[in-house]
Amino acid sequence: MPLVYAGVCSHAPGIRGRADQADPVARAGLYAAFDAMGDAIRQSGAEVLIVVAAEHFANFFMNNMPSFAIGMADFYDGPIEDATWLGIDNFRAPGHKDLSLRVITEVMQTVDVAYAEEWKFDHGIAVPLSFLTPDYDLPVIPVNINCQGPPLTPLPRAWALGEALRRAADAVPEKVALVGTGGISHWPATPDSGKINEAWDRDFLDRWCRNDKAQLLAYDDTTVYADAGQGGFEIRTFISVSAAAGGAAGTVHFYTPIPIFAVGCTTASYQLR
Amino acid sequence: MSLYYVQKFLYELNRDEDLQTRYLAERLSVLDAYDLTAEETDALVEPDIGKLFHLGVNGQILMHFAALHGIEWQDYLQRMRDGIATHGPVREGVYAVTGYEGTTAHAAQLGQTSGAEPTRDRDDGDAPLQPRRGVR
Repeated sequence: MPLVYAGVCSHAPGIRGRADQADPVARAGLYAAFDAMGDAIRQSGAEVLIVVAAEHFANFFMNNMPSFAIGMADFYDGPIEDATWLGIDNFRAPGHKDLSLRVITEVMQTVDVAYAEEWKFDHGIAVPLSFLTPDYDLPVIPVNINCQGPPLTPLPRAWALGEALRRAADAVPEKVALVGTGGISHWPATPDSGKINEAWDRDFLDRWCRNDKAQLLAYDDTTVYADAGQGGFEIRTFISVSAAAGGAAGTVHFYTPIPIFAVGCTTASYQLR
Repeated sequence: MSLYYVQKFLYELNRDEDLQTRYLAERLSVLDAYDLTAEETDALVEPDIGKLFHLGVNGQILMHFAALHGIEWQDYLQRMRDGIATHGPVREGVYAVTGYEGTTAHAAQLGQTSGAEPTRDRDDGDAPLQPRRGVR
């Protein structure tokens, strides 16, 4: 079936873990946007949710760091972080091993990916799932792009991954939804945590909504690091969703910098054709 | 200098509740399994969050080590600032400090409230710490 949904959202751990410290109006707006995104995924009829995330040394480390990895398990446990610290109870999310195998097999025709039959979800997936599928009743296939440990996955390869995921999703009979998670500009887990370059974010989101491949791939890590912090490296997940959207235009449903959440909190989606 | 092994230890500690239990009970014996300098071992055992940040430990790994020791978020951020002030810029890695007014002032500029206030719940090594309750 053709891909039924493509969107992106934030995944910062503070969204759940430091919820009580945020401005209540800003927090309520974000939470409502997440809920609306979950509603849209359900209304799409999605039978499985592929989450493209940028995990943070929960499963992959510099002893064997893949540029890309895709989960191939029947279930995934989380959060790997302390449940109280993250503000998300321990959970077991359903996977779809058979579909993972078929998706990975197709993706591998053009993109070399690692696969993993075990995977503990960190906040990169756990925070979005806590809103989008709070009952953990939709099978998930996790995908990771190395946005943390240099040398990082080149942006054109993140684009190629998105194209491959789209081709794979369209080739299977199941209805597939795709969500990319990450920050735009942010300096997470550093003394500058909370810093957000709103102008940079809005420019990026403009490129994302226009699905302008040339402009999305025009970034380089040196300028991203300077303008958007090391958290900005996570644009790879958003860019992969752009590629998967196949030229469709996008809409930002919510964007508000919330400093205690350490990111310009975002939900956005493409109008798939 | 063995930043890689400092981070590898923390990566494994963050994932393994049994290792957390053993580490909290006998830190030095657990660290013996890793190729660490005396400076790194001391910073881990203390724990000296600011020194570890200065050495280049990735904040995404370090924040969970801080949480394991009961260090509250704002205190964690302050300890990193203190580490930079005391020891100098981050020696290696991608976590440069660029300057920031802080979440409370930033939120005020945006017209938002913020309940974030620095606290100092320091672990002096005597508190009966418990392993985290994450997944195993």
